[in-house]
Amino acid sequence: MDTKITKTVSELRPAGANAPAPASAFATALPFLALLVIGIAFPLFGGGYWGVIATRACVYWVLVSGLNLVVGFAGQIAIGWVALLTLGAYTTSVLAAGNVLPALPPYLALAIAALVGAIFGLIVGLPALRLRTFYFAITTLGFATIVTQVALAWQSVTGGGVGVPGPIFPEPFSSQWGFYYFCFGLAAICTWMTANIAASRFGRALTAIRDAEVAAEASGIAKPALLGTVFLFSGAVAAVAGGLFASLQSYITPDAFTLDLSVLFFIAILIGGRSSILGPLLGTILLTVLPEFAAPLVAWSTFLYAVLLLVIVLAIPGGIAEMLDFKNRRPLESDRAIVPRPELVARLLDTAPDAGTLTLDQVALSFGGVRAIDGLDMEIRPGQVHGLIGPNGSGKTTTLNVISGYYAPQHGAVRLNGAALPALTRHQRAHMRIARTFQTPRIVGSASVLENVMIGGTIYGRATFVESLLSLPRHRRDEAMLRKTAMLALESVGLERLAAVRADRLQHAELRFIEIARGLMLRPSFLLLDEPAAGLSAEEIARLSTLLLAIARAGTGVLLVEHHPDLIFDICHHITVLNLGKTLAAGTPAEIRSHREVVNAYLGG
Amino acid sequence: MVTSIILSGTAMGCIYALIAVTYNVMFSASRVFSFTAGTLGMIGGVLGSLFIARMGLPVFVGFLLALAGGALLGIVTEIVAVRPVLKSLDQHLYVLSTLALALMIQQFTAIEWSTEPQPFPRLFDIARVEFDQQYWLPMLACAGVIVGLELLYRHTLIGHAFLAIAEDNYAARALGLPERQLRMTSFALAGVIGSLAGFAGGEMLLAFFANAPMLTFYGFVPVALGGMGNNRGAVVAGLLLGLFQQTANFLVGGIFASVAVFTVFIIVLLARPEGLVGSALQRRV
Repeated sequence: MDTKITKTVSELRPAGANAPAPASAFATALPFLALLVIGIAFPLFGGGYWGVIATRACVYWVLVSGLNLVVGFAGQIAIGWVALLTLGAYTTSVLAAGNVLPALPPYLALAIAALVGAIFGLIVGLPALRLRTFYFAITTLGFATIVTQVALAWQSVTGGGVGVPGPIFPEPFSSQWGFYYFCFGLAAICTWMTANIAASRFGRALTAIRDAEVAAEASGIAKPALLGTVFLFSGAVAAVAGGLFASLQSYITPDAFTLDLSVLFFIAILIGGRSSILGPLLGTILLTVLPEFAAPLVAWSTFLYAVLLLVIVLAIPGGIAEMLDFKNRRPLESDRAIVPRPELVARLLDTAPDAGTLTLDQVALSFGGVRAIDGLDMEIRPGQVHGLIGPNGSGKTTTLNVISGYYAPQHGAVRLNGAALPALTRHQRAHMRIARTFQTPRIVGSASVLENVMIGGTIYGRATFVESLLSLPRHRRDEAMLRKTAMLALESVGLERLAAVRADRLQHAELRFIEIARGLMLRPSFLLLDEPAAGLSAEEIARLSTLLLAIARAGTGVLLVEHHPDLIFDICHHITVLNLGKTLAAGTPAEIRSHREVVNAYLGG
Repeated sequence: MVTSIILSGTAMGCIYALIAVTYNVMFSASRVFSFTAGTLGMIGGVLGSLFIARMGLPVFVGFLLALAGGALLGIVTEIVAVRPVLKSLDQHLYVLSTLALALMIQQFTAIEWSTEPQPFPRLFDIARVEFDQQYWLPMLACAGVIVGLELLYRHTLIGHAFLAIAEDNYAARALGLPERQLRMTSFALAGVIGSLAGFAGGEMLLAFFANAPMLTFYGFVPVALGGMGNNRGAVVAGLLLGLFQQTANFLVGGIFASVAVFTVFIIVLLARPEGLVGSALQRRV
């Protein structure tokens, strides 16, 4: 038994946790290296026509790689991305042909197209900040229709239905294989860049926005800035792909940019699987090549893509990436225990500053006619566990949501060391070092446990998006730091052995501890816990209480919303009892225990 | 000139409104927006042209068959693309599954019917230039559907059941309402309304597979602006859209009319994501 466990531990230890594990990193890179070699050697065995197909696959991938961050990572249903391909193709062609300005060199034209694409990517993408899924999907669809119509109508520039010749890139990229290598090189660079993003705090933040938006906000992730950046990038590479596409077609008309193409891009990503680079890459190759093997089916290709999409959605939502994810097929131990190591908490939190007290001053909030909180005063001091109890509907979670900025109090204020916290600025709370957990754990199921915890430290990353894109030193330092801290946080809560496992394979109790670890990543001055003991066994509750005491001892103020009287009375320094949004009683555990009304109303006497 | 703008604008507006109602009927029953709404409209026109012009069936028979085809597609939508993903509504898989089905129908039509617009037959042998049947048919269809739905929802038991499901799915099930059958019936009804829109607007839109994405987009605009699930809002917004589009069409040309519609749509949505008349606040934490 012992040997088995040790083996599992060594297997599950993630790459670079404490010591780098080159074997694992190599295994991840292997498929990409294989594709690189095949791609470079392709002209040796591919005929002329297959050269065109291979070039097309590269061009498509340049676009799909960027779109993948939008669709596969951020989960935004952008189905009309062909619009940006069209835009890039026309911008490059028109500038290179000199229809409006004096003819520009094709590379400059391509660069300008990238710029135009970035701007339009942002414009098309921005509605995603306000609109929900179907609405956003429809707006991208509408945009795609309109761009084609404009291309058709704006004859003086685009040539209308007659079209314009595509740009020709000068030597050494003018020959068929020269152009192939040009596109292949760009495709390889895009793969590398998006893989860098995927493995950065930005990639993790995107998946958090997709699967656990409130947790992303609580971790200080600003959705507008992040999505905006991703739309800029995605629009730029899509427009570059457009320029290459125009050159490959040698002549473009609006007919070339049908919605079918958009569907191909979109489906390539879904077939490939979300949060994956390799999956969508294989998906793109597959969808580009597939019709060539079955010539009679070419007319039916979009129909078949649609069938594939339906099958993927209904049968294998994880796509190719999940089918290739062998390491998460290994069974986990069934009788594993969570063994926190509270002594590590002090090491994790040692830099937490003394933030003063968090006070609620006459806070009131009603929903319609219901007074959820009605003039609540409370003071949460650093280094103490403050219990908040009360029957269901007494306003406990609402109080927590007011503190963390989800609701604006209609009266009164929440103050941190005397200064009122601005209402409804959720992602700012993390910068004030206020961390929280949720009643139902908000976890990114498809990410590993370690990645989930690393999300909590997002705001401590220093590298910009561009630095991460190019994997510059500051990005690598960020990653090493976040990984190390997250590993320490996982060890503190006792889950380090599961670091590399997909989070959705874990048990409920383990998810609760992941949330605490994620909160600890902020090195919080205040940690707000919403029923952390719900669903835990008695043994786990005992371990949770030692962990929470250690967190308080390290200087963090803990607000504990709970139903378990044992846990509350064991560890709280101070208790507030709520009833119908008002304070029924407040004081030390001993005082509360002997408070007649509390005993009658709540504890049962 | 003004008359013709008003006539064609109102007629187009009625078609958009009907597609919007199609969206709403499906949404009320399942909390799902389906990409097949515009496809149903397209298929109404194609089936009408197929049965009446190509196969030479009597107008009335062709009309009923076209509606039956729409109802069938509505039911197929429910079974294939909606029911399997209802369990995980929060993952929004319905967007993808209904998109997939819509594309399948659209591509099948393109290949098996035609990739070019085909003429839609003249249904009645009356010659009046000013107020032609291509204009009054959609208006009649729209008015009929609105009155019919009002009567259905207010005065029939099954209509009350529809409302109950739309209002509170869980409570309705707890009361013992056959939720699945009601949902399928709703989708069949949506299919009938959608194909009626395409059939009535056949002469204006022709029998053309690419009407599907066009109607999916322009039919959703009134849904978004009128508030989801709100049929009256949808009709008002649909008519405004039709008139705005035809006016812009006449004043600045078709392309810029589309750009104008799109821009207005985006701006209004960004300013009021819940629509001009709707109000939605949901608890997230």
